[in-house]
Amino acid sequence: MKLARIEGVTLRYGERVILQNCSLDIEEGAITCLIGLSGSGKSTILRLLNGLRQPDAGRVMVRGVDLSNLRDRQLIDFRRKIGFSFQFGALFDSLTVGDNVAMPLREHTKMSKSEIDRIVLETLDTVGLANARDQMPSQLSGGMVKRAGFARAVVSNPDLVLYDEPTTGLDPVITHVLTDTIKRLRKQLNGTAVVVSHDLESIYAMADYVAMLFEGAIIAYGTVAEVQQSANPIVQQFIQGSEVGPIPI
Amino acid sequence: MKVFDDVGRGTTGFAEYAGGVATLFAESTSFICRLRIRLAETVAQAYFLGVQSVGIVLLTSLFTGMVITLESANQAKSYGASSLVGGAVAYVSSRELGPMLTAVVVAGRAGAAMAAELGSMVVTEQIEALEALGLSPVRMLVVPRLVAMVCTLPLLVILADIVSIFGGMYLAREAAGISYDSFLTSARQFSFFGDYLKGMVKAVFFGIIIVVIACYQGFGVRGGAAGVGKATTGAVVTAIILIFITNFFLSIVLYGTTGAQ
Repeated sequence: MKLARIEGVTLRYGERVILQNCSLDIEEGAITCLIGLSGSGKSTILRLLNGLRQPDAGRVMVRGVDLSNLRDRQLIDFRRKIGFSFQFGALFDSLTVGDNVAMPLREHTKMSKSEIDRIVLETLDTVGLANARDQMPSQLSGGMVKRAGFARAVVSNPDLVLYDEPTTGLDPVITHVLTDTIKRLRKQLNGTAVVVSHDLESIYAMADYVAMLFEGAIIAYGTVAEVQQSANPIVQQFIQGSEVGPIPI
Repeated sequence: MKVFDDVGRGTTGFAEYAGGVATLFAESTSFICRLRIRLAETVAQAYFLGVQSVGIVLLTSLFTGMVITLESANQAKSYGASSLVGGAVAYVSSRELGPMLTAVVVAGRAGAAMAAELGSMVVTEQIEALEALGLSPVRMLVVPRLVAMVCTLPLLVILADIVSIFGGMYLAREAAGISYDSFLTSARQFSFFGDYLKGMVKAVFFGIIIVVIACYQGFGVRGGAAGVGKATTGAVVTAIILIFITNFFLSIVLYGTTGAQ
């Protein structure tokens, strides 16, 4: 069953075409990983899925709702059901880790302070940061910032969690921990995740489906094994990390 | 043709800027009218924008009052008009220099800080994170600053007026031998309660200008640290220019073209 669908989307930033007639289905209850060259529009797809960007043409449907038909207020309500973990965490640097994670609950629910505290602590515990609740983001390591970002993204039990390059720039141990955390969170929430990443090891370990974006369109989609066996030379060059092939360097 | 291109681009850019600022102000006002104000954040901002600006405002207004006296006291005394010095200082401070200089100083200090803070939040994706959490950056960030500024700047102006007059009074006695009594009597004679109120009204407008311009510039940051620096400079320069222009028109509206109202 499809949770979200991107249909024939074209999107430009000024003169530059980012996505060109791009289509992609997001399966419910699965982890879909988006791969592709830097600047190919992977993060833009995440932003389309939670309505932070609107397509110039085509449409983005989530649970059958066309996001371009939503008014600003409706879009804000809609985003509450979608978690977003940013590439660099994007924690609010004037708030503690606990306050960062608590923010969606404080702003969108009528929960008591003790209830919010309990949920925040549980969520931080899930990502292994229970002891960092009172620390400021500037006191955290790169991996901890990402995990705090995960906690904020999932604290309100969203239907869909979007992860933007969750393992980029981290050592292999932390990468493994984060990959594991994403898989665990997906199971716990019984939800859906879309992960943008360049880290193929990590993708092979967590993805149910992989989609490869090239020159604004999806050129390969399937399970990890299907994409690995793709006959498309662009896909093969990308996953082998080879300099030789059709990808212009 | 290049000239027309430049003029066209400049006009479009100005219209976009003005439209963006107006939209930001309208959106903020809409939250304020619906009382969707974050109280704790507003108090924190009032402390930063208002209380922490007290020192610099007092210092500048003290020396402004003293320099007006310095320039006028001896001249006035030589023409036998020393009884006018207190009035001159109070009149100019309450109507023009108090509100305007306070606003300029606050624009330099708090406006720059606001633009830099919001700009850094854009660069580090914190603004996008707010939107992704279903929260309005305008409500979360602009509204508390706007409310705090509109509440605190008029109070700073009153403080500046008082300190300016007292600074002038001190120097009038030291430099020209004008007694405190004579200075204060003159000040009471030539400046009225309405002048101070109108100075506060001006401060409300200036406060709105400082916050809306700084936040608009901050939200518009592109290109990392260099963009933050550019936005900060832009916020201060634009706000100061607008304060001067607005002051001129507000003076006409509040005091009339003869200045006798």
